[in-house]
Amino acid sequence: MSPASRPAGGDFGVYVHVPFCTRRCDYCAFATWTDRFHLVDAYVEACVVAARRRLDPARPATSVFFGGGTPSLLAPGAVGRILAAVPAAAGAEITVECNPESVDRDKLRGYRDVGVTRLSFGVQSMVDHVLVSLGRDHAPDSVLRAVEAAGDAGFADSYNVDLIMGAAGESVDDFASSLDQVLGLDPAPAHVSAYGLTVEPGTPLAAAPGRHPDPDDQADKYLLADQRLAAAGLEWYEISNWARPGSSCRHNLLYWSQGEYEGLGCAAHSHSVDPRTGRARRWWNVRTPERYVKLVGQGGSGESAAEVLEPPARLQEAMELALRTRAGVPQGALPGWGTDESLDGLVELHGDHLVLTSRGRLLANEVAVRLA
Amino acid sequence: MNLDRIRNLSIVAHVDHGKSTLSDRILELTGAVDARDMREQYLDSMDIERERGITIKAQNVRVEWKGHTIHLIDTPGHVDFGYEVSRSLAACEGVVLVVDAAQGIEAQTLANAYQALENDLEIVAALNKIDLPAADPDRYAAEIEKVLGVPADQILRISAKTGFGVADLLDAIVERIPPPKGDPDLPLQGLIFDSYYDQYRGVVSAIRIVNGSLTAGARLRFLQAGRTHDVEEIGIRTPLNVPVAALGPGEVGYLIAGIKDVGEARSGETVTDAGRPAAKALEGYEDPKPMVFCGLYPVEGDDFANLREALEKLRLNDASVTYEPETSGALGFGFRCGFLGLLHMEIVRERLEREFDLSLIATAPSVEYRAHLTDGSTVEVHNPSEMPEPQTLDSIEEPYLQATILSPTEYTGTLMDLCQSRRGDMVRMEYLSPERLELVYRIPLAEVVMDFFDALKSRTKGYASLDYESAGWAQAELVKIDVLLNGVPVDAFSAIVHRSEAQEYGRRMTERLRGLIPRQMFDVPIQAAVGGRIIARETVKAKRKDVLAKCYGGDITRKRKLLEKQKEGKKRMKNIGRVEVPQEAFIQALRLEE
Ligand SMILES: Nc1nc2c(ncn2[C@@H]2O[C@H](COP(=O)(O)OP(=O)(O)OP(=O)(O)O)[C@@H](O)[C@H]2O)c(=O)[nH]1
Ligand code: SF4
Ligand SMILES: [Mg+2]
Repeated sequence: MSPASRPAGGDFGVYVHVPFCTRRCDYCAFATWTDRFHLVDAYVEACVVAARRRLDPARPATSVFFGGGTPSLLAPGAVGRILAAVPAAAGAEITVECNPESVDRDKLRGYRDVGVTRLSFGVQSMVDHVLVSLGRDHAPDSVLRAVEAAGDAGFADSYNVDLIMGAAGESVDDFASSLDQVLGLDPAPAHVSAYGLTVEPGTPLAAAPGRHPDPDDQADKYLLADQRLAAAGLEWYEISNWARPGSSCRHNLLYWSQGEYEGLGCAAHSHSVDPRTGRARRWWNVRTPERYVKLVGQGGSGESAAEVLEPPARLQEAMELALRTRAGVPQGALPGWGTDESLDGLVELHGDHLVLTSRGRLLANEVAVRLA
Repeated sequence: MNLDRIRNLSIVAHVDHGKSTLSDRILELTGAVDARDMREQYLDSMDIERERGITIKAQNVRVEWKGHTIHLIDTPGHVDFGYEVSRSLAACEGVVLVVDAAQGIEAQTLANAYQALENDLEIVAALNKIDLPAADPDRYAAEIEKVLGVPADQILRISAKTGFGVADLLDAIVERIPPPKGDPDLPLQGLIFDSYYDQYRGVVSAIRIVNGSLTAGARLRFLQAGRTHDVEEIGIRTPLNVPVAALGPGEVGYLIAGIKDVGEARSGETVTDAGRPAAKALEGYEDPKPMVFCGLYPVEGDDFANLREALEKLRLNDASVTYEPETSGALGFGFRCGFLGLLHMEIVRERLEREFDLSLIATAPSVEYRAHLTDGSTVEVHNPSEMPEPQTLDSIEEPYLQATILSPTEYTGTLMDLCQSRRGDMVRMEYLSPERLELVYRIPLAEVVMDFFDALKSRTKGYASLDYESAGWAQAELVKIDVLLNGVPVDAFSAIVHRSEAQEYGRRMTERLRGLIPRQMFDVPIQAAVGGRIIARETVKAKRKDVLAKCYGGDITRKRKLLEKQKEGKKRMKNIGRVEVPQEAFIQALRLEE
């Protein structure tokens, strides 16, 4: 059955956005604030209220993801309060994004105790000068400590490390060293994500053209990551994600498989499908925590805007998303394959599906615009 | 009207020496324009003239001064519009030669003065801007005397800004410029010296009556066009149009005769009475020939028809623009247009964009070449793509100018270097005064079109001035350079250049394009070639990655929008072979070329 016609049901995710950081990274344009800690309690409360109001106990979450911002700034009690309001299926994957600097064993145990099953560390790099260049506030040492604590707290096989490729001054050797150090962590990560540093308008990085990433350098690093991670037993399952077999992030996969999810908190996105019409709705919440708290307090959902996708557009989107994953797309979805020279070496046939090669993953958008 | 009471003159000067400002003071002093209606450069009525502070079109006006009727024509100073000056002179017995008292004689001062002398016109010289602290009227009066033979003590000193000396100037005009001659009893002979198109009235012509008289209601014969028209209205410009019953010999006025096409009432046309025609046409003048050509293309392909209409309309007012449809693989459908010079080209383009709401791409300006083929025939080449294949070519000729440069003597060396590097041959070098040098060179028009004027100004801190006129053709070692993207020639970037400059042009163009052509899915060689031989090469390396951003907060919408944008962008690309080039890259590359 094609994704577009799949009836609602199956996996269901809940995303909780935590819009607080201790300091803003140089490249970050995301909805997060460094000066609004006084809002934390009211914000957590608003998430709890929204969860109770919006989530249907008959549709328990198969994954919950606390993303940010820096969710690990929340005390386990706060995470627990929100989780208590989220109906979750047995065995649900519950992830909290963590800044290595803001966690210790007790906090991670606390997370475990309230039901968290997975951690995702924003490591970005294991090289000092690269972290400084990214404007991050942690040192490589804190990663070692955080990961050790994660192991102790029961997350040895279920934590992720995020890396960024292409900071100013990061050599390919620097990046290789980050990869090696990450793979050498004890316990070793079962999941690694690697993203290209992206220049977002309005950020300090955007204002400094001399520090913008070089796409060729990023391509080299990506191929290197793919090699080393594969050699360490982590297979790619989405352009930016590698995992040991069985350790893929369920919540992440939900995004790429057009699954349904509900976003709680400001700037969170949601997606639902009407099984009767086959129409999908994607909507997103207001951007600031103040407005979110206020709207939820007034009995609203916090929604800011929405788009509706008719079945043909959904089908198109399904292909675009599937192309990003190891599942690939049915051969017929890429009519140019075999004739369009520019696709040579970018996709290969796995059974009756076309799957991106490592070079193809780097040019996924170019391939995607050639979808039928 | 009593001929003795009429004075007809043109105000001529180098660019910016103050002709239009002087006209303002004259309009004021003679009471032609009320103080409250006055505005600076009153006669510069086009928006583009007012914005740029230059005169593009000559304007005539009639004023009264101490019992005399004065017709004056404010002329443009810029060399591109020199033909407006020659036309105007044909309707006059004298000129007021305005010279900036802080600059002295410049290139167009000389050109205008010589033209006045050739036409046997009386010259009333006036040093203007004497209010300026830098003004040095004594020095420049001596210079004018030496160079032009106007006695220093006859040169007026005025300030068109403050009005100082303008009344004296008017007196001098009445005193020194001879009245027109003409016989009211002879058959009508009127000279049209300017025509423009008014959307309500049709063609409005400026006319100088030489003999006979032009009366409202007359049936007229246009001798050159061979057409007959009935007078709808005649009148005088004061500067508002005031209808009159008749215009007699020596008088200047306007004529409206229900004509829809300026081509039928060209400057230089002789108008006579259809019932009692003059035996002979007056001496007309040649239409100015376009010197510079470029392709004009609408940015939006759909605008082609609109561009055609705009050009048709614009030509009603400016018969010196020529256009012919042309097609470019890179730019689509457009027109190859001819202009009197670079400024004219710039102004026409701006008018098309503003008055007709178009967005245009212009190819690099080029000149006309004559290609002589081995079979003895000759082809006119207005566009590099029309250049015959090298093996069929016997020789190529290019147009030359005689360029006159006036400059402080200290820049002699650098100016000679400049002219030599632009393939100029010295004709004459003369010290007009101990401080002022006159250099005359024969130089290819193509070199001047490139960036000669800017180079001239920058080498002389702006002190040198340039005037030129056509000076025939000469054979030259010219080659056509093609620019190829992935092996496919891009016509918009072809150029005809001198063999010695080919390498440099090729290098510049390929380098520039390397920065503008987006990376493709494969390596794209950019080559410059002369007759199949590659003379410069750059490569746009294949693109290796697009977006690898994190998907924050489940924002799939953003990823999809990005793809939609990329797809949209792809649709708007022009395909040169397999290479996708955004329109913007062409625009940029050609803009930089300007
Ligand atoms: N100080 C001063 N400035 C003047 C005088 N006459 C003209 N100007 C200034 O000189 C500039 C050029 O004046 P215009 O009257 O437009 O010159 P023009 O000769 O008509 O110029 P073109 O028509 O472009 O050839 C303007 O900025 C005038 O204000 C003057 O007597 N004194
Ligand atoms: S920690 Fe993450 S969300 Fe916070 S400022 Fe840095 S990049 Fe942005
Ligand atoms: Mg003027």
